Amino acid sequence: MKVLLRNPRREVTVAGNRRVKEILRELDILPETVLVIRGDDLVTADQVVRDDESIELRPVMSGGRA
Amino acid sequence: MKCRRCGGTATLELRRHNAAFCADDFVEFFRNQVREAIRRHRMFTREERVLVAVSGGKDSLALWDVLIDEGYDTTGLYLDLGIFDYSVESRAKCEAFASRRRVPLIVRRVADEVGAPVPVIKQVTRRPPCSGCGLSKRYLMNRTALETGVPVVATGHNLDDEAATLFGSVMHWQTDALPRQSPALASTHPKLVRRVKPLYRLSERETAAYAFLRRIDYIVEECPFAAGATSIAHKEILNRMEDASPGAKHNFLFGFLEKARPAFERAEGHVLQECARCGQVTTSTVCAFCKLADQVKRASLDADARGAR
Repeated sequence: MKVLLRNPRREVTVAGNRRVKEILRELDILPETVLVIRGDDLVTADQVVRDDESIELRPVMSGGRA
Repeated sequence: MKCRRCGGTATLELRRHNAAFCADDFVEFFRNQVREAIRRHRMFTREERVLVAVSGGKDSLALWDVLIDEGYDTTGLYLDLGIFDYSVESRAKCEAFASRRRVPLIVRRVADEVGAPVPVIKQVTRRPPCSGCGLSKRYLMNRTALETGVPVVATGHNLDDEAATLFGSVMHWQTDALPRQSPALASTHPKLVRRVKPLYRLSERETAAYAFLRRIDYIVEECPFAAGATSIAHKEILNRMEDASPGAKHNFLFGFLEKARPAFERAEGHVLQECARCGQVTTSTVCAFCKLADQVKRASLDADARGAR
């Protein structure tokens, strides 16, 4: 399955048919730091993503404020 | 995972609340948190105009969206920092939002006010870019509110922003900064408007989820100058703590606000006066904004002189 990452924008391929939390763990991404987007919906960490699907891991951190 | 309210399929888990929500119930949860922030700190009333500082990012546009839907009389303020394509895109997002929601938007260019855009200010001051940028933004928000007769400025600072700022202040024991960290700062001088942060109860993941679910078109890319900023490093540390112990950020910030802040508030004793140059509020004879503008002007004259040689 394909995973779209941002900042910088890039795509990686990982094994699918797994729960979101396992994919995040493999990519060393904390659940608190991203939205998991599938199509027009958000998905929770316990949901399974099939091998033929794509998800976007959109970072939620903004900043640099003084 | 099931929605806590309706039992339908959840779209977002909030570990710190030990809860999950479907899209509709999460949006309602989010709005309730903003209502509670406004009520608890008496941020503003429906009879007052509110100047909403917008950057084109998820937080400020989510805030503006909620306030419009709640029936508040809002005007947006976009400060064009002159940060290359990032500013072009973020301004376009704010203008598109204002046009779609049919609300007024004021645009001010930092380059017109300070004499140079943020990238040049960074070079001239040799300080981190967020320093001159933050100073300019705070000054221009207050001045624009005064000029337009608006009594209060609302910013999109969220729980993560506030926890990271608190972490930075505590790490350096900046006891003068601690009393000023509050969801609502009252007007303590006729030329200082009220400043409020109605999103302080919501994490940045929650504001991002709200913006996504409400189909708000916001700028996802980070400011190019944010990389390496101290506040980002502090957020990363706090997120590690949050992962190990959900609610850590909330407890850190809310514990401070409820238990520690009053003690530091009593210790504060700054005398506010008007800047001899521009008339805005400062604690010294000439305000930091005028000093920054002078520094930019001197650097520009030096560059002209070098060019003439």
